[in-house]
Amino acid sequence: MRVVIVGAGEVGSSVAASLAGDHEVMVIDLDSERVDTLTYSLDVLAVEGDGASVKTLREAGIDDADLLIACTDDDETNIVSCGTAKTISDAFTIARIRNTKFLDTWSQSKGALGIDLMVGTNLLAAQSIVRVIGLPGAEDVDRFADGLIQMAEFRITDETPVTGMSVAEADTFDSLTFAAIIRDDEVVIPSGDTCLQTDDDVVVIGSPGSISDFAQTIEPDVDGVSDVLIVGGNEIGLEVARLLDEKGTPNRLVEPDPERARYLAETLPKTTVLQNDPTDQEFLLREHIGDVDVAIATLDSDERNLLSALLSKRLGAARSIAVVEDGDYSDLFEAVGVDVAVNPREAIAEEITRFTREQHAENVAIIEHDRAEVIEVEVDSGSVLLDRPISQSIRDLPDGVVIGAIARDGTYVIPRGDTVIEKDDHIVVFAAQEIVEETMELI
Amino acid sequence: MSWRVDWQASVGLLGTGLKYLAVTMFVPLFVAVVYMEDIWVFALSIVFVTTLGFALERIDTDPDIGPREALVFVSLAWLTAAVVGTIPYLLAGFGTSSTLADPVNALFESMSGFTTTGATVMGQISLEQHSHALLIWRQLTQWLGGMGIIVLMIAILPEVAVNGAQLMASEAPGPELQKLTPKIAETARVLWLIYFAFTLMYIAVMYGLHLAGFAPNMDLYNAVAHGFTTLPTGGFSPQAESIAYFSAAVQWAAIPFLVVAGVNFALFWHVLKGEVDVMLENTEFRAYAGAIAVTTAVLSLLLVRGAAPPLDIGGVTGGVTENTFRQAAFQIASLLNSTGYATSDFAQWGTHAQVFLLFVMFIGGSAGSTGGGVKVVRWLVVFKAIRRELYTTANPDVVEPVRLSGSVVDEDAVRGIASFTLLYILLFGFSAVFISLDTARIGIELTTLEAVSASLATIGNIGPGFGRLGPFGNYLFFSDASKMLMIFLMWVGRLEIVPVLAVFISVFDRNQ
Repeated sequence: MRVVIVGAGEVGSSVAASLAGDHEVMVIDLDSERVDTLTYSLDVLAVEGDGASVKTLREAGIDDADLLIACTDDDETNIVSCGTAKTISDAFTIARIRNTKFLDTWSQSKGALGIDLMVGTNLLAAQSIVRVIGLPGAEDVDRFADGLIQMAEFRITDETPVTGMSVAEADTFDSLTFAAIIRDDEVVIPSGDTCLQTDDDVVVIGSPGSISDFAQTIEPDVDGVSDVLIVGGNEIGLEVARLLDEKGTPNRLVEPDPERARYLAETLPKTTVLQNDPTDQEFLLREHIGDVDVAIATLDSDERNLLSALLSKRLGAARSIAVVEDGDYSDLFEAVGVDVAVNPREAIAEEITRFTREQHAENVAIIEHDRAEVIEVEVDSGSVLLDRPISQSIRDLPDGVVIGAIARDGTYVIPRGDTVIEKDDHIVVFAAQEIVEETMELI
Repeated sequence: MSWRVDWQASVGLLGTGLKYLAVTMFVPLFVAVVYMEDIWVFALSIVFVTTLGFALERIDTDPDIGPREALVFVSLAWLTAAVVGTIPYLLAGFGTSSTLADPVNALFESMSGFTTTGATVMGQISLEQHSHALLIWRQLTQWLGGMGIIVLMIAILPEVAVNGAQLMASEAPGPELQKLTPKIAETARVLWLIYFAFTLMYIAVMYGLHLAGFAPNMDLYNAVAHGFTTLPTGGFSPQAESIAYFSAAVQWAAIPFLVVAGVNFALFWHVLKGEVDVMLENTEFRAYAGAIAVTTAVLSLLLVRGAAPPLDIGGVTGGVTENTFRQAAFQIASLLNSTGYATSDFAQWGTHAQVFLLFVMFIGGSAGSTGGGVKVVRWLVVFKAIRRELYTTANPDVVEPVRLSGSVVDEDAVRGIASFTLLYILLFGFSAVFISLDTARIGIELTTLEAVSASLATIGNIGPGFGRLGPFGNYLFFSDASKMLMIFLMWVGRLEIVPVLAVFISVFDRNQ
């Protein structure tokens, strides 16, 4: 596939890096230094110029391209780049958008503005934060098959009641599959007698009900989230507050800038907006941060988010979630005590990965910063799974593939050895990163 | 502060307005011809006003109206209308014992009419003493003043429409101008048409009741006369006994129209467009409807527990319970939005009921209605701002905007509304003291309730007060000084203070 990427910032570069192996990638950027860096560091063609101009797009080979990904930091540039590409080529266009208003416009009529897929990064990040908030103890949550199936990742600690139990002992739920355990960067596919150890990350796939029951087992003391403090009123913070408002979860939002605070207070009728320095301890104590169920750091720098998340933990917040723009820091954040680090770029990567798969995936969740993927696929005639019981077909798949759940005609089907997979079933599969491509080809 | 106003432009435009005011005098002239009374009074008035209009118009034939000129013009227009409106009273009263033959009284009556106050200094309101035509003129002034003479000018005069938004903002009741259509003249026309339609509907209902036999006294003359004063929340009646002169059916039928008169007319435009939600979800409308419901219930209770109100003076009545509830519902509908009709002499009700009514008079109609007073929307904003103040005192970091109907009220608007309300209350308080002292000076002692209600009933454009100023009393006994103050209060009350102050500032501040 020929892919043109407009914008060689962090997003553009990481997308280019992940695609460079299997595809022909062209990257456009205004900054000559970035173009040079890319030219020498990745196996891509880097073009210096304006992605919104026909001339530059042609230079990058838009005429034969299958896919255009516009992911500069500027929404308007991304929109115009897609629109321009659409007028001169048949490429599928993906635009990265920060401001939700454009997303609203686009969702009125898909394909509007010449954009085939609009990825609202702030909204996606906010959605993943809100999903994590809704599930006590979870580090990552994703939805599949229109919400019928969920995937969640939990950290096993010393205090977790299931620590030391075998999977068979821990699994008392009907519609739940223990898909994998991430142990010391290794992906372990568990069997019934695999033991759950401290510092394991366990990935489960199942119905939302059973997943939340499992969360209850892991964190029995937590009963519902009723006090959320959002620290930092940038676009992600705003979207988080908006989503929590929609769910009816009470929340407070702290913003240091008076004008921005005023804007937030006007935009969010149900959120209590506080204007103060979000890293001022005295202020946080006055706001009883110790009683807060979840503190979310959505400030504009990773350093401040780390500081804020650690501070709120130290002052007694039950859980802390921090946004981390630089994906390399995600592990570090979680290592030093932040409960969950959410990387907005991961959300973009998930969306883009979904579209660059040879065979169309319905949905993709990236686990542990690219160590594994959970993929939703609609089964069609070419699949090795079709019309066979799982116990047979699994032998044709690479080791390490787990069929976590099946959605058939809007109902949840528990995958067992004798379950026969039918055409149009939606299956949710767990696969370690190195076997994803191979698995996708087979199913 | 320097304040320069192009007076010639304002006065020139005033001339144009007067020409059209003369046209409205054809209505009483027509009535005069029908009844063959006072024809010369109105013929002469028309000639006089038209001449004055043409003369003033020549001062500036192409007036250029800016924001300041708009403020000054609007104030002067209302003052001039009131002054010119006295001409028929003076001419008709010339050489008779009519109290309106006195210039101060005539101006009081005329200002009370145009500002839809409804306070009267007529010694005797009766068709025996005054002609049908004169009384219809008195009624008509309220109808013209209700939706606003400026709004009417904008609706019909293309030369005014250009700067119409500024003019309309100065006159329209409430804190802000609401444009319904891109063209301001169109908005003005829509408002006047709705107003006109409701008036016609009211006349049809009233005359219909008469024809059906439910309202013996409500003949066509009375139906039209009351149509002119119900929708503008005026309260003048050609009958000395006001609405009490008519049957219970008339009183019941009038209540919904009284309620309607206090609703923002722009909301009816949305209803006409099929957007009923806009009205139902409007915070001010809900508060207004809620206030009417609650205060009616409270007043009914006060009347049931206290002495039952005296039965009607005339007309058909139901039982005591029906009478009590009707009196309560009617007085609330009539006083809350500043109409001031009377079905019963509430000045004879118990003190607690009177004090409660005094409180009700403070509320006022909705912004964009014909009602006077402080207006429901301002009270809402004031209360919300106070609540916010209390909340942020305990939580100093909280940022909380004031919201109405889901949208944020601008902080400047909150400040403006707070200062308006304070100014209104100060002016009201000062005037109550002045009226009380001045009346004592001429040897008449006012009760506290009378003094307070005199001030409130005039600045709020309500009309009747308590005691001697009750619905069947009048303002005749006050000294000229008190009457002049009350004329001023009615004027500033109708224009919501600021435009009138603008005139004074521009007079005293010209040479700085």
